[in-house]
Amino acid sequence: MKILVPIKRVVDYNVKVRVRRDGGGVETAGVKMSMNPFDEIAVEEALRLREKGVASEILTVSIGVPQAADTLRTALAMGADRAILVQSEESPEPLAVAKILKILVDREKPDLVILGKQAIDDDMNATGQMLAGLLDWPQATFASRVEKTADGLAVTREVDGGSETLALALPAIVTADLRLNEPRYAALPNIMKARKKPLETIAATDLGIDLTRRLAILSMAEPPARKAGIKVGSVAELVEKLRNEAKVI
Amino acid sequence: MSQRDIMEFDVVIVGGGPAGLAAAIRLKQLMPDESVCLIEKGSEIGAHIVSGAVIEPRALDELLPDWRNRDAPLDTPVTREEMYLLTERKAFRIPALPWVMPHLANHGNFVVSLGDVCRWLATQAEAMGVEIYPGFAGADVLIENGRVAGILTGDMGITRDGTKGPNFAPGMELRGKYTLFAEGCRGSLTKRVMAHFNLRQGVDPQTYGLGIKEVWEIPAELHEPGLVLHSFGWPLDDRTYGGAWLYHFGRNLVSYGFVTGLDYANPWLSPYDEMQRTKLHPVYHKYFEGGRRLIYGARALSEGGLQSLPRLTFPGGALIGDAAGFLNTPKIKGTHTAMKSGMLAAEAIAAAHAADAPEPDTFTDRLQVSWLHQELSAARNIRPAFARWGTLRGALYAGIDAAILRGRAPWTLHFHHADHETLRPAASCPPPAYPRPDGTITFDKLSSVFLSNTNHVEDQPTHLRLRDPALWKPLNWDTYRAPEIRYCPAAVYEVADAETAPRLVINAQNCVHCKTCDIKDPPQNIDWYTPEGGGGPNYPGGM
Repeated sequence: MKILVPIKRVVDYNVKVRVRRDGGGVETAGVKMSMNPFDEIAVEEALRLREKGVASEILTVSIGVPQAADTLRTALAMGADRAILVQSEESPEPLAVAKILKILVDREKPDLVILGKQAIDDDMNATGQMLAGLLDWPQATFASRVEKTADGLAVTREVDGGSETLALALPAIVTADLRLNEPRYAALPNIMKARKKPLETIAATDLGIDLTRRLAILSMAEPPARKAGIKVGSVAELVEKLRNEAKVI
Repeated sequence: MSQRDIMEFDVVIVGGGPAGLAAAIRLKQLMPDESVCLIEKGSEIGAHIVSGAVIEPRALDELLPDWRNRDAPLDTPVTREEMYLLTERKAFRIPALPWVMPHLANHGNFVVSLGDVCRWLATQAEAMGVEIYPGFAGADVLIENGRVAGILTGDMGITRDGTKGPNFAPGMELRGKYTLFAEGCRGSLTKRVMAHFNLRQGVDPQTYGLGIKEVWEIPAELHEPGLVLHSFGWPLDDRTYGGAWLYHFGRNLVSYGFVTGLDYANPWLSPYDEMQRTKLHPVYHKYFEGGRRLIYGARALSEGGLQSLPRLTFPGGALIGDAAGFLNTPKIKGTHTAMKSGMLAAEAIAAAHAADAPEPDTFTDRLQVSWLHQELSAARNIRPAFARWGTLRGALYAGIDAAILRGRAPWTLHFHHADHETLRPAASCPPPAYPRPDGTITFDKLSSVFLSNTNHVEDQPTHLRLRDPALWKPLNWDTYRAPEIRYCPAAVYEVADAETAPRLVINAQNCVHCKTCDIKDPPQNIDWYTPEGGGGPNYPGGM
């Protein structure tokens, strides 16, 4: 089985993001960038399927600025076999991403695509679903467990109030949730080896996809600063304030 | 035990600051075919770099003479500088600065983000073939047959109780014919190497400072790129060494910070609160109004200078940069000295390698005849004068030493105490009255730590350990009232149940790797170990 894992380069989850002075977006200049954590989980799941003998090849792809190659190298260091960078000036919207991925799926013919359920920068949670729609493949989103069965996959997914298990025929789309696994550390010798693994670069404009943005950001603002708290003297006072000032009870 | 992987190099460098990177570049210039591996505990190069910084390009001119054509991030030349002696409400500007404080003649220097400079140096080094691995911490030193044979990187995925977690990955041996320790001030491996080879024998104790820094974005109309302000005096008393800086650089950015000499005596003193309240002085306050704070960080620095320099070499390697203590304190600069020390050590290693000698001992001789030694020698009496006579008389001596004696005094002043020996019992000292943070110019500690982007994988053993937990109550608490909760700039230390049964809580997650606790703890009971690689602050560009 061949697995395709699309990954996104995002602002590192440790970084406290701040809105640019012009309000047009989040400051990314000089900010540490890393692989989207849900995508790391997707890479890890692909690696585990290979270790179980289910998968034979893992291809990873990223769409974005040239520095996204560093993110691909991280996936290669974790254990992916080869990488494709679809280079564009900025990170396209989910629909354009899904269209680009469809072209790559048609070219590479993977049996399974595992994506992170969403990227932590815009929290869109759309690419996997859109890709499934474009390909007309079955999809299992928010996966917390993936098992190979005789005729496809059994995927446990997190739903409100519990979990459900789906049976999917391959080829299929799976999007990874937080509890699916705990990604491994890239070991130093593997980081060295990753530098020699194949990384192909394609220009997004060569794929004939319309990358024009359809969404406009009207404004972006930081949450208001938290107001100072007060100490209450008694339970009665607390109840009184909750009822009459906060009006929550 | 899982088998540890082993990788062999000609030179292993621990630490990706200016010293380690300059050494790496010089090594590749001298020995292009030899392998050089550099590890850095930060998640990326620059992630753990804190400095003012006004840097003197002298070492860089020697290392990469064409740096101006290589897109180096040195783009704010110093245009104007002022030094103030502060009282609570007034500020006295030191006249004729280049004459009375020639160390501070900053003409030709640059205001930079040292983190950005290091990121740039790393790209230069990588282009020359240096292998750079951020996210890997040096956990131990390999010493075999009396010789340093390399280092051990830290295990990853060890859980809090010390067992192997599901994603456990053993550390590996990075073996080098030579190992350079470039960990910066109070390096944890440097500490072990110094002890093993007895490198501090016969030298003065090292004395340190704690630098706490913020980067602000200020309104364009207040911004004067290249303006460099320094002050000493208020809010510190005459017996406490330290002062503040404010540098304008980049696009509407200012670097503000405060250094407190860690030989301070009053256990109630809080370097963090001194730093915060100094912002309220009229000299500084005007620049912060309407601005917003972007980044916060802290790091200890070595202030002892020449008298406190240990023996620099040992079989299998050398100490460079602030790990050895090359900072020029009166100049308030350590970048050019760190880089130069790395370059000299690299030259000594090339010579030793050619002769197949185990110890790069020509480093010391090369240092003796270099401008670095000259510079440190001329500066050597100033910091100890402050330690001996206090701020005002120390400053007077410094003026005489610099302007009249020109650093050539026939005597050398010494440091008599290590910083952990200088605290007085809490009961005999008045607690300073620090103002409450106002939330716009001054802030509480936790909201500051938030802006360092520090993070440690939660489920790991604490990297700050007490050698003997029983010592804490009778000594740290009963005598000094837990000075660690005040000197730590990251709210790592906290006392629980202070009224009933006081005990120390260590929030190692908050640590910004400044090393102050390892330095200042009175019984030297706290040991700072490297946490899992990639942990610690994530200082962004501009820091």
